[in-house]
Amino acid sequence: MKRHALSTRVWHWGNFVCLVILFMSGLTISNAHPWLYWGEWGFAPEQAWLAVPRFPDWMTIPGYYSLAKARDWHILFAWPFALLLLFGWVAMLANRHFTRDIATSRREWSPRAIAADVWAHLRFDFAHGDGKYNFLQKLSYGAVLGVLLPGMVLTGIAISPGMGPSFAWLIELFGGRQSARSLHFIFAFALLGFLIVHVVLVLLTGPWGQMRAMITGGERDAA
Amino acid sequence: MRRRNFLVGASAAVLAGCNRMANSEIGTGLLDAAEDWHRGAQRFINPREALAPEYPPHMISPFFRGNGSVNPTNGDYQAQAAAGFTDWRLEVRGLVDRPLSLTLDNIRRLPQRTQITRHDCVEGWSAIGQWTGPQLSVLLNAAGLRPEARYIVFRCADELSGAPYYESIDLIDAFHPQTIVAHQLNGAPLPIRNGAPLRMRIERQLGYKHAKYLTAIEAVTSFEKLAGGQGGYWEDRGYQWYAGI
Repeated sequence: MKRHALSTRVWHWGNFVCLVILFMSGLTISNAHPWLYWGEWGFAPEQAWLAVPRFPDWMTIPGYYSLAKARDWHILFAWPFALLLLFGWVAMLANRHFTRDIATSRREWSPRAIAADVWAHLRFDFAHGDGKYNFLQKLSYGAVLGVLLPGMVLTGIAISPGMGPSFAWLIELFGGRQSARSLHFIFAFALLGFLIVHVVLVLLTGPWGQMRAMITGGERDAA
Repeated sequence: MRRRNFLVGASAAVLAGCNRMANSEIGTGLLDAAEDWHRGAQRFINPREALAPEYPPHMISPFFRGNGSVNPTNGDYQAQAAAGFTDWRLEVRGLVDRPLSLTLDNIRRLPQRTQITRHDCVEGWSAIGQWTGPQLSVLLNAAGLRPEARYIVFRCADELSGAPYYESIDLIDAFHPQTIVAHQLNGAPLPIRNGAPLRMRIERQLGYKHAKYLTAIEAVTSFEKLAGGQGGYWEDRGYQWYAGI
């Protein structure tokens, strides 16, 4: 039995490629109008809750300012991103990866257990906990898989004018089209934050073994 | 500094990969095809006549921003504006049985639709306004669309960087109930900034589709022979023809 199922590995790396391209092309799209608003409308800096700094060309796709080309990339990679997310969820529910490894138990939510888990992290002890993942790990994977990634798809739908007729309820749920656009941006940077912590923790916990495990599947931990 | 160098290097690698893909035949094909997949999916999910959200009057934004041309100086537009657009004509032509040439008065006397809708610019901003005018379908039915007609092209009085603005939509959007030829914004004649005296409203697509300073509506089988061949001013400059995304 492999440590990571093939479906997990395919989703993980496919999702990574999609996120890099969507994020970098998204920065160009942000540069086109670098102000974020709450509510349905907003079109001028004085209405903005955030003036986003201009992202330098080297961070962006296509590497120079072209809203048209950035939208081409963004629109294309939205497809594999959303379909892989759906595939990832179906696979991890079907093979019970979600219920076995990621879903938390009531016991883990007790304040003492949480405190112990946080304390263990502060001591850089990440291998604690009896399952595959410890509590904070489950929580962050759950937030990424259950909130941030689907949130990117849903806020993306709410921003698209062509989806307005059938998704007016979704636009309202987010508090308006400009709120959905703000959330799209916030979720994207929350995912970047996750990526940074994720990579740092991989580096701290034996990067070669971790990388091998996510590529070949690796061997299951010896108890 | 080393961390930044690493990021710049990684980003350059991604960009090199993207460039290789964009320059390959398959890559170009995919980048173009994605727009069609979105159009297909959106059309599949949203019924043909389904309306874009409409808003109550208190949600109208205090100002309706203008973008692109906001005060055309080419041709005789300024003279027409000074004369209150009394000589303005809207032609309905191309693949129609009965070409029309309408005055603003003719247009105001047609059955009107008033709608409070949200305008989303491709740059990312939105404004909400109340638009009034006849449905495009009323004009097309009056002119009698020929069966060969597949697209409706909008001709405009303004030029951007020396090139005339134009746009096009397919018949699904042309006959959509919210697709109107607007002559009023928030109960007053259109301001010049927003396309006086006539502009299109294509409520399920981004702002650049909503042609302003409208002079003619043309039914065609294809837009390949027009200007840059991509079906619109911004489309000729790389933007998506289907702007529902």
